[in-house]
Amino acid sequence: MKHTISVLVENKFGVLARVAGLFSARGFNISSLAVGETEDPSVSRMTIVVKGDDKILEQVKKQLNKLIDVIYVKDYIRKEHIDKELILLKIEVDKKNKTKALNIIKKSPASIVKTTADTITIEMTGTQDDIEKLLAALEGKNFRIKEMVRTGRIAMEL
Amino acid sequence: MKLKGANILVESLIKEKVGAVFGYPGGVVLPIFDVLYDAPLKFILTRHEQAAAHAADGYARATGEVGVCLATSGPGATNLVTGIATAYMDSVPMVAITGQVKTNLIGSDAFQEADITGITRPITKHNYLVKDVNELAGIIKEAFYVARSGRPGPVLIDLPVDITLGEAEFDYPKKVNMRSYKPTFSGHPGQIKKAAKAIKDSHKPVIYAGGGIIISGAEEELFKLAKKALIPVTTTLLGMGGFPETDPISLKMLGMHGTAYANHAVTESDLIIAIGARFDDRVTGKLDEFAPNAKIIHIDIDPSSVSKNVHVHIPIVGDARDVLQKLNNIIKAPDTSKWLERIAHLKKQYPLKYDDTGDIIKPQYVVEQIYEATKGDAIITTEVGQNQMWAAQFYKYTLPRTFLSSGGLGTMGYGFPAAIGAQVAYPNKTVFDIAGDGSIQMNIQELATAVINKLPVNIAILNNCCLGMVRQWQELFYKKRYSHTCFVSGCPDFVKLAEAYGAVGIRVTKKEDVAPAIKKAIETKNTVILDFIVENEENVFPMVPAGEAINRMIGGMA
Repeated sequence: MKHTISVLVENKFGVLARVAGLFSARGFNISSLAVGETEDPSVSRMTIVVKGDDKILEQVKKQLNKLIDVIYVKDYIRKEHIDKELILLKIEVDKKNKTKALNIIKKSPASIVKTTADTITIEMTGTQDDIEKLLAALEGKNFRIKEMVRTGRIAMEL
Repeated sequence: MKLKGANILVESLIKEKVGAVFGYPGGVVLPIFDVLYDAPLKFILTRHEQAAAHAADGYARATGEVGVCLATSGPGATNLVTGIATAYMDSVPMVAITGQVKTNLIGSDAFQEADITGITRPITKHNYLVKDVNELAGIIKEAFYVARSGRPGPVLIDLPVDITLGEAEFDYPKKVNMRSYKPTFSGHPGQIKKAAKAIKDSHKPVIYAGGGIIISGAEEELFKLAKKALIPVTTTLLGMGGFPETDPISLKMLGMHGTAYANHAVTESDLIIAIGARFDDRVTGKLDEFAPNAKIIHIDIDPSSVSKNVHVHIPIVGDARDVLQKLNNIIKAPDTSKWLERIAHLKKQYPLKYDDTGDIIKPQYVVEQIYEATKGDAIITTEVGQNQMWAAQFYKYTLPRTFLSSGGLGTMGYGFPAAIGAQVAYPNKTVFDIAGDGSIQMNIQELATAVINKLPVNIAILNNCCLGMVRQWQELFYKKRYSHTCFVSGCPDFVKLAEAYGAVGIRVTKKEDVAPAIKKAIETKNTVILDFIVENEENVFPMVPAGEAINRMIGGMA
């Protein structure tokens, strides 16, 4: 089971190391981690996707709260929210299958950043499901992914 | 008023009413030591930085105040690590100050550079690397506040040498305001009501009290609760002294080497009232079989301790004393008369005991004699291993802050420097370090510190010429293959060693000499080593094998 949690932290030297260290020291698994400034420059937000059951989620939240530089921790369970991630993808194409690739991309929310004779670079923002669907469609047609970059999930309560 | 960073540090420590600083000098802390040269602040020079951290810890546990230690950068700082980790595991308030290389050299692998904030991140409650002298006073204020409030713990301040030389306006802050740190102090009234009802409805309640009782000063409220509701009390190792063990409803310690009656009582109980304890594996044994029929109330200031290891039915987050006060105001006593009869029966059936028929001194006998000589009016510290468990089992603790022992981390070499810290805090109290011949050698160099500072610490070595607890496990679980646990060629001559340092050494080989030697040590105004030559293969019983249910103990049964 994966959970998204949002952690507001003091924008201070070493705070990322504190959070990351806590996860490794306590044996929690991070699926993704996204960090950035908030509307208040003294505060950063970490959006962390954690693997584990409810009991683990509870401990993760409590342990995070125990860190002195952590201001606030929340999860998005049973809360109306939006979550997105960004993926950049470079796939290998040739003359024969290029059109096929362009068709798959057209049917998805992805957009094309650049095409060359033998590659297409794609950008897509979406939920994890949207992104997994695109990847499955490309892999289903045996396209080789040369390079993949993902941001990790960010989320916001609505 | 403008002051140099080093002066700001020392002035701030004075403002925090620090009674003593334990430490060791070095290159980058020279500016601090120059200020200490004529500052009105007691400084105790240890012979190893690890001992400085343990001494600060012993001082803190004995007094309830924040212990302070100071070391230089690099190896000085890394030598503090074991002491900081010890304090962290046992929630001891401590401020550790380390020197650091110049700010512009950080990260360059400079001489005696170590990333001590990185190293200590998982073993401190919080730590700081000071990068601006203008922030120094505020950081010190915060560090002391964080160390002593909520669930206490060690806080490290890393001070680059240019910060201690830089100047800033000194104005020690009066208040701390941290938006990200606001520990819950008051227990939720609704939860306290629920707890009161569960207690009223219980038939076989047991109070399981931990170190939180002593940290929060809840011993009187605990006594009121136990006596008013007639509920037997067992404590953890760190909870010892939180409830008088001379009382008929005391069950002494529970867990791996706890009393059989405490372990049976917990297993039979229908309500566990856990206060300031954390359901450590040495206490619970096999988790699924820990108090299988009991509802659990858990009072603790640290929310992350609640439902971490066992499922808790009624959690109450808050300060133990505050919660118990409120609970005592509304509590109605359950009828525990039958339960107390059962408890009395268990205590009679499974007393703590040992075979004392031979001529050789039994280690348990030594501990009993230390109790007889002091009647509980002493500070007992321990090393780790068999000495620690016998000190827990065969001495009767009646007052808080009289038993100082490394529980969570289990640090050999803790007891002697901790005894030094306690003796610095209370020069006139009798202080005993109950030690083993193995552990004492881990910080034996502190004999110099004790003697030079005229600290009449008594070290009782239960000398069995082996690493007893590990040897015991090898005897029971590794077919007596005593791999590197027996000092075949013997120990150093502890009596001569004591004398070499200017301390007093007394070797005791006969049972009838035990009590007189203890009496002589107490009367001696110098540091004393009592070298008790005890039975080599004596074991600590009862014992719950690791991972077994706590009611299935081996040894020491009727």
